[in-house]
Amino acid sequence: MAIDKIYDDIPGTVVFDSDQAIKGYHLNQFCISLRLAPNREAFKADPQNYIDQFPMTPEQREAALNQEWNLLLELGGNIYYTSKLAAFHGINFQNLAGLMTGMGSDYRDMMIAGGRNIDGNRYQSEWDEK
Amino acid sequence: MAYISSGVACSHVPALGVASDTGIANDDYYGPIFKGFEFSKQWIENEKPDVIFLVYNDHCTAFDARIIPTFALGCASEYVPADEGWGPRPVPVVQGHRELSAHIAQSLILDSFDITIMNEMEVDHGLTVPLTMMFGQPDEWPCPVVPLAVNVVQYPAPLGSRCYALGKAIRTAIESYPDNLKVCVFGTGGMSHQLQHKRAGLINSEWDDRFMNLLVNEPEKGASIDHIEYLREAGSEGIELVMWHVMRGALNEQVEEVHRFYHVPASNTAVGHLILENK
Repeated sequence: MAIDKIYDDIPGTVVFDSDQAIKGYHLNQFCISLRLAPNREAFKADPQNYIDQFPMTPEQREAALNQEWNLLLELGGNIYYTSKLAAFHGINFQNLAGLMTGMGSDYRDMMIAGGRNIDGNRYQSEWDEK
Repeated sequence: MAYISSGVACSHVPALGVASDTGIANDDYYGPIFKGFEFSKQWIENEKPDVIFLVYNDHCTAFDARIIPTFALGCASEYVPADEGWGPRPVPVVQGHRELSAHIAQSLILDSFDITIMNEMEVDHGLTVPLTMMFGQPDEWPCPVVPLAVNVVQYPAPLGSRCYALGKAIRTAIESYPDNLKVCVFGTGGMSHQLQHKRAGLINSEWDDRFMNLLVNEPEKGASIDHIEYLREAGSEGIELVMWHVMRGALNEQVEEVHRFYHVPASNTAVGHLILENK
């Protein structure tokens, strides 16, 4: 019996479960390789050639090169990994959240004001109504 | 014999490490957070633990996607702060306690907790930020640390109830160690936060408050919170809070809450902190 994904009705959230982990393995290994300075230099010198060491799908490869942060998560990326690619581009966690939420610099203000309220953000159906 | 005197719960937001390391811990943004730990620094100076047993999660630093142990116990003589992508934190190397680690590893496995043994391990902000929050910026950390890394990156993390039971087994292990050591147990991570996708920035202060109350006063009930509740109510990364149950399981049924601090935000996260003493 397949495992029931009871978390699929949480809006704006990709749970990094074992299916996602399998899908994203090479993508995530590419991202985490950028933790180390020599790899960052190699990627900077020749992005296409560097990324081709990692046998990810063409869609993942394009999303990584084009910095499509939400798509990367949907294609099996995990935020702790994709954040290393973001850091390579000089984007910190908070700015990355600004990009993923489409809020830009308003994101930081939302956090200072107490963060995103849980009300209206528990179920996908609550987002669909909007 | 060794014994557990107290427990500390503490968020490990990386930005707090950066704030301490770059000298902006007293600014308007971070100042209120570090102020919330002033009591804690004084408390731990008086408490003087001989060893800290520190429960944390690695953020694909020591373990990338190749190897994902659910529970990994550090058994090394030292743990070097890792380069997480912007150079290692300028903090002291963490000293281990190999004999106590080895004893705990053996005791846990014979107690049905089949942990992974790490004889070499780099450590990231998950371990070093709580030390910074509790000890500030010493030249050397004041005591050795036995680290326990818990997988909370790939779903599913271990259940809260399993973490709580592991805490009890850790206590049994520590209490059967022949040397007279005073041990303080740290449970780190949390509180509510979501770092990813369109719901990033989620904070649920009401839920965090309820979680802390349950943890302190009704720990078994707290440990029975299921994964879907963490994900939905505390955010996808809020599931780190299962690690607090390991700490709580290692303490007495009845504890005294000597300090509580809560603040929103540190970067994307609600900061929560508790100090609990065995009654």
